[in-house]
Amino acid sequence: MSDVLAIADHRRGELRDVSYELLTAGRDLADETGGDLHVAVVSGPVDEYAEKLDREGVDAVHTVDYGEEFNHDVYTRAITQLYDALAPQYVLAPNSVNGLDYAPAVANRLDLPLVTDVVDLAVDGDALVATREMYGGKVETTTELAADAAAVTIRSGEWPAAEGTGDATVEAFDVDIDEDAIGSTVTGFEEVAGGDVDITDADVLVSVGRGIDEEENLELIFDLAEAMDATVSSSRPIVDNGWLPPNRQVGQSGKVVTPDVYVAIGISGAVQHVAGMKGSETIVAINTDPNAPIMDIADYAIHDDLFDVVPALTEEFGG
Amino acid sequence: MKVLVTVKEVATVEDEFEIDGTAIDERFLGADLNEWDDYAIEAAVQLQEDGIADEVVTVTIGPEDAEQTIRQALAKGADRAIRVWDDALADVDLLDVGAKTELLQAVVEDEDPDLVLTGVQSGDDSFGATGVSLADAIDTQWAAVVNDLEVDPDAGTASVHRELEGGVEELTEIDLPAVLTIQTGINEPRYASLRGIRQAQRKPLDHQTLADLGVDDGAVDGDLELTDMYEPETETDVTVFEGSAEETAGDLADLLREKGVEA
Repeated sequence: MSDVLAIADHRRGELRDVSYELLTAGRDLADETGGDLHVAVVSGPVDEYAEKLDREGVDAVHTVDYGEEFNHDVYTRAITQLYDALAPQYVLAPNSVNGLDYAPAVANRLDLPLVTDVVDLAVDGDALVATREMYGGKVETTTELAADAAAVTIRSGEWPAAEGTGDATVEAFDVDIDEDAIGSTVTGFEEVAGGDVDITDADVLVSVGRGIDEEENLELIFDLAEAMDATVSSSRPIVDNGWLPPNRQVGQSGKVVTPDVYVAIGISGAVQHVAGMKGSETIVAINTDPNAPIMDIADYAIHDDLFDVVPALTEEFGG
Repeated sequence: MKVLVTVKEVATVEDEFEIDGTAIDERFLGADLNEWDDYAIEAAVQLQEDGIADEVVTVTIGPEDAEQTIRQALAKGADRAIRVWDDALADVDLLDVGAKTELLQAVVEDEDPDLVLTGVQSGDDSFGATGVSLADAIDTQWAAVVNDLEVDPDAGTASVHRELEGGVEELTEIDLPAVLTIQTGINEPRYASLRGIRQAQRKPLDHQTLADLGVDDGAVDGDLELTDMYEPETETDVTVFEGSAEETAGDLADLLREKGVEA
């Protein structure tokens, strides 16, 4: 019992990037335990997926041809049955929205300790050592799991994607699913409305976050954007508060943007936000907190009160 | 129908802080209602106002100090509260998902709710897993990361939107009873009214020990141990503009013009 079972993530006919990152994390872990890396892909065009997942370091791909789209009941049953058949030491799943919809159920059903949103993994003797963040990224922690086996979900973007072509065996796995036990049905998908503005199209984005405090203060940001001939975008809390529509949101659950210039105002830079804007050419941060995570990826910064800096900047551009 | 909402008091950290062993030094910690749970409470109270929920009960795992936070939920409209705590819990550094599941499972078995609402995650340890784990333990349906909810009590179903990555939502029908993990932005959490705050003082808040729940002491000894905590290494090569707001704004404007920004 030293093998690793990694679960691929896909949606609407495409494997998601984290699937290939799982292969790297899984291979690293299997090297430490001296076991094989098994990969499972459940639902959708599994043979096509299996071919793509057969990258360097993968020993076996198990396909579960059942249904088209994600269903957590199908996933939970398929993975627990694969676990019983393969007896791996570790189960690796993506810390995606779907990963979080089945991994805790799998862990509970198999009585495995679960550690989620992991950014690094190592094995120390008999213990699995997981690195993860707490308090919204303010600290990193190491957690030791002194168990024979465990389930882990990994954060996307923390491991490089596996490359090359492997020589994995591809096997169809027959899953036994009681249709009556499926209590949820996906009826469709909806894209967040495009609205009047496409922030992915802008060359210059002036992006506003929690630091703006009050809805009325957004005027300062729009004044600046107008003076700079820029488009206004935002981080999640502004949209959650209903101050701007969802089509303005940058981040993991919003839009991914790559403008020439991204000016982050009062945005702390949570990992979910950074995922949506790290590809910007030049990143400027205006924030009172010099330790805010946004500073790690900013090229230029002003550590000062936005209520002083923003009006002064607007004036610089003749606003 | 009866709605159970899990509520957590989370530690909040100041911008500047110090670490003491595997915890943040208490001098730099505050306490607040978990942000996601605030939305879960609002969703439950709205179901009550719409005549769908007859009773809204909150459950918290936490020490007596957490009662102030629990009262916030009562002030916003929940009918009564359960607080699970025990000396055996006070010694646990990191209460893992399995332990939380076992405690909440015992409460659900006592209360028998039709719908359980939890926050997607907590702002401190951010496991994001307890709701779905609980659903499996109590053998009900579930949905994670819900940002739109409609309950049809006659049909015994819930129609939800699950917020996937990249601005896509999944539309799902779920049989009740179910556990839903609620995402921020699903509604606009209300502020408690003065009247609500006064009423909350008189609402029942029951304390339950492990023995009361019939849970073994051993259940809370998880397999996870926090062994280190540190500030993340920063690899920043940020250029910081110094000076008054006028000076820094002037420097930044020069830079932005260089990058092609024009008035």
